Amino acid sequence: MQFSESIFATRFNISRLDLENYLAEALAQGGDYADLYFEYLLTSSISIDESMVKSAAQGVSMGVGVRVIAGERTGYAYSDDLSPEKIRKAARVAAHIAAGPSKVDRFDLNEGARHNLYPVLTAPTETAFSERVELVKRADRAARGFDQRVFQVQATYADNLRHVLVATSEGVLTLDRQPLARLSVSALAREDGGIPQRGHAGGGGRVELDYFLKEKTPEHFAREAAREAVTMLDAVDAPAGEMTVVLGPGWPGILLHEAVGHGLEADFNRKGVSAFSGRMGQKVASELCTVIDDGTLSSRRGSLNVDDEGHATQRNVLIENGVLRGYLQDKLSSTLLGSESTGSGRRESYAHIPMPRMTNTFMLAGESQPEDIIRSVPKGLYCVNFGGGQVDITSGNFVFSASESYLIEDGKLTRPVRNATLIGNGPEALKYVSMVGNDLRLDEGIGVCGKEGQSVPVGVGIPTLKIDRMTVGGTA
Amino acid sequence: MSQNHLPELAQDVVARALAGGASDAECTIAEGDEFTANVRMREIEQLKEAGSRAAGLRILIGKNTGASYTSDLSREGIEQLVKAAIELADITTEDPHAGLPEEGEFGSLTGDLGLYSADVEALETPFKIDLAKRAEAAAFSADPRITNSEGASFDNHVGRHIFANSRGFSGEYRSSYCSLSTVPVARDGESMERDYWYTMARGFGGLESPEDVGRTAAGRALRRLNAVKANTQKAPVVFEPRTARTLLESIFEAVHGMSVYRHESFLAGKLGEKVASDDLTLVDDGTIPGLFGTSPFDDEGVASRRTVVIDHGVLKSYLLNTYAARKLGMKTTGNASRGLTGNAGIGHGNFYVEKGVQTAEQIIAAIPNGFYVTELLGFGVNVVTGDYSRGAAGLWIRNGELAFAVSEVTIAGNLKDMLLGLETIGSDLEFRGSVAAPTLKIGEMTVGGK
Repeated sequence: MQFSESIFATRFNISRLDLENYLAEALAQGGDYADLYFEYLLTSSISIDESMVKSAAQGVSMGVGVRVIAGERTGYAYSDDLSPEKIRKAARVAAHIAAGPSKVDRFDLNEGARHNLYPVLTAPTETAFSERVELVKRADRAARGFDQRVFQVQATYADNLRHVLVATSEGVLTLDRQPLARLSVSALAREDGGIPQRGHAGGGGRVELDYFLKEKTPEHFAREAAREAVTMLDAVDAPAGEMTVVLGPGWPGILLHEAVGHGLEADFNRKGVSAFSGRMGQKVASELCTVIDDGTLSSRRGSLNVDDEGHATQRNVLIENGVLRGYLQDKLSSTLLGSESTGSGRRESYAHIPMPRMTNTFMLAGESQPEDIIRSVPKGLYCVNFGGGQVDITSGNFVFSASESYLIEDGKLTRPVRNATLIGNGPEALKYVSMVGNDLRLDEGIGVCGKEGQSVPVGVGIPTLKIDRMTVGGTA
Repeated sequence: MSQNHLPELAQDVVARALAGGASDAECTIAEGDEFTANVRMREIEQLKEAGSRAAGLRILIGKNTGASYTSDLSREGIEQLVKAAIELADITTEDPHAGLPEEGEFGSLTGDLGLYSADVEALETPFKIDLAKRAEAAAFSADPRITNSEGASFDNHVGRHIFANSRGFSGEYRSSYCSLSTVPVARDGESMERDYWYTMARGFGGLESPEDVGRTAAGRALRRLNAVKANTQKAPVVFEPRTARTLLESIFEAVHGMSVYRHESFLAGKLGEKVASDDLTLVDDGTIPGLFGTSPFDDEGVASRRTVVIDHGVLKSYLLNTYAARKLGMKTTGNASRGLTGNAGIGHGNFYVEKGVQTAEQIIAAIPNGFYVTELLGFGVNVVTGDYSRGAAGLWIRNGELAFAVSEVTIAGNLKDMLLGLETIGSDLEFRGSVAAPTLKIGEMTVGGK
């Protein structure tokens, strides 16, 4: 797309010259760098509960964020009004912080490099509501039809279409159109008036609506949620203490996100507050582990053609054969550390300052057969689905909560167990990885990552992994 | 913040929705100015300042609903807002329980609730930066092992909340807050730990001193150093106020009317039953002047009130909006809450445990072997079953004293048993937010470690 065809030019009458003038205003009192992030976001969501479509909402959010960097200082202001006087006011507010001798004079804006990872012609947000509402209705029917013990179903379909424009004082002008859609289903099952159990599934990506009709259907997610709820009816108390843990492929990759991903974000390392600080080149995982963060995967939830600083995303090797190789860099941290941005500068919206974030984080496949991995465990836990996770990046301690897991006894899966939190220490946990499956799978597209109050969509993935020692927080 | 036309705009949006075919409509407008100063290692790191506003609309056409929001308050944006909500009523299902509160339920508390303090707007930027610098400096000077910092922040926010509906309710209130926090990093050999402390108030006059904030944060980070992993065992667990309040957040989810009517709560169907230790009285009160959970009316235009949720161990009330109340055959408790748009959800006012008589020291002194939890990690609480399993860090209690730091462990149990097994409630209740609890001691939980 050309700038002149973008919504910012056509609807808001913003010209290239305007952008250059706003950048000049932002740098009028000094500073090393300035950027503008324009956003026009359309959102919609539809929810079903008790087989009734109880809510449907759509919205428009727009604004511009102006950032000025001077050394380690950042000045930031935003406006949800895109009139010239309001943008200039934001630029002046952001400029205050940067008052100083350094000067940037010229900004010849040129459209920068970008991928074309989600060539979606018609974004789901642009389709008729009558089509989208069918997704939640189908999910509701399928979950209820899965098993008569399923007695409550909720499904939510949500999509958005984000138009962004980034212009920087280094001359970069980037446009992107970012579609995103997700269907999630939650089911409750109960046996003879006993304690209900919940199951949950969901997915999506930067896809057309067709994805939910042909590839991952409402029935797929609904049956998965219902199956988990019904399975958990037979669950026994989770064990407590250190044991061997096997993680199934896909979404359990949240392990990587918490155990290593956050700790490798460059802002924490620049400041020396991460458990991984100063460990570049050191062994932080077993040599079976190679961990990648890749924002360039086609159509994935965590993918972006350009990051939120206008830099093309890329494939970044974080850990190679167990050795720490790289951090995730944004503009500010890479400048201060004398390295290059890794295309990892992300922000929740125009009202937020960008920082280094993950995109799609996964471990490369190994050589073991998944069956052999389970067979090798005399006593342990096999975890296939998780709720959220969290990490304390300074101590390196992280948790993630297993929502569906099974006891492994004598190399066989026996009973499902109740929800349990797993806890480990980032720079240590992956040293105990002793087998890596040949079955790398990425999650279905449901992850939301929170950092310092900002949420962004992400992806994760792993092959089946055996971790010889991890603490399981059960009660038995 | 200047007075402007926003209350009239809200009423205009409602009128346009009715003219467009809606049988009922509710409009919320939020306006706010935010400021943040971050300092780190004694230098300014970030300054952020901005104002924003947006409007949300929910309409009913008979028993079908539709909702929309926009940050584009131009004429074109407002027209689109109304059109968008009305269009959506076509795809929602007729729901017999949908609708606004009953006539006679609308209302608003009168008098000054202390939600807005003009001194917040009068603070000069250099002064706010200096407060943050002082908090960080106090942490550094507390001990040579405070070697690093994730910085200190001063934040303030001034907002205005406007609500109007088609039954003639129209209300607005201003609110303000400011807060100061710092995150020092302590190091001793290979051991590195961070912690934080903060102070928050509606007005500047309510803040604690930067020096107190810095010293407290430093003390918290220091006591976590050289932590070990405890052995796996059953033991009494003491939640300090900062972690105890997270238990209340889980209980809130369990008394949340929506969870209750869907049977998504371990407290569903337990009204009138003993669900907790006799000593526990749990209250939701949206009327206490100056606190963070206070408001004159809820997000459906119903006056805020005080509701006793658990009285001496007996479950007395759920927290309800109009919809959940109708589903359960009850009356709203004035707890409707929503962002700008959509059907109302349920929120709490000031949700707290009434304090007991023992100090934290007295509670700890009575424990020969136990775990004093100062930090919780993760989301391992299942409100459907009550299953509770979270990452934890803190201090081990040995012979009535805090003996050594513990981390990388889990604590697990079931909320049902934890409530009934609540042995002691501390006297140290204070409000640092809308959810507050004093020190709480639970007789036995499973600690997962080595």
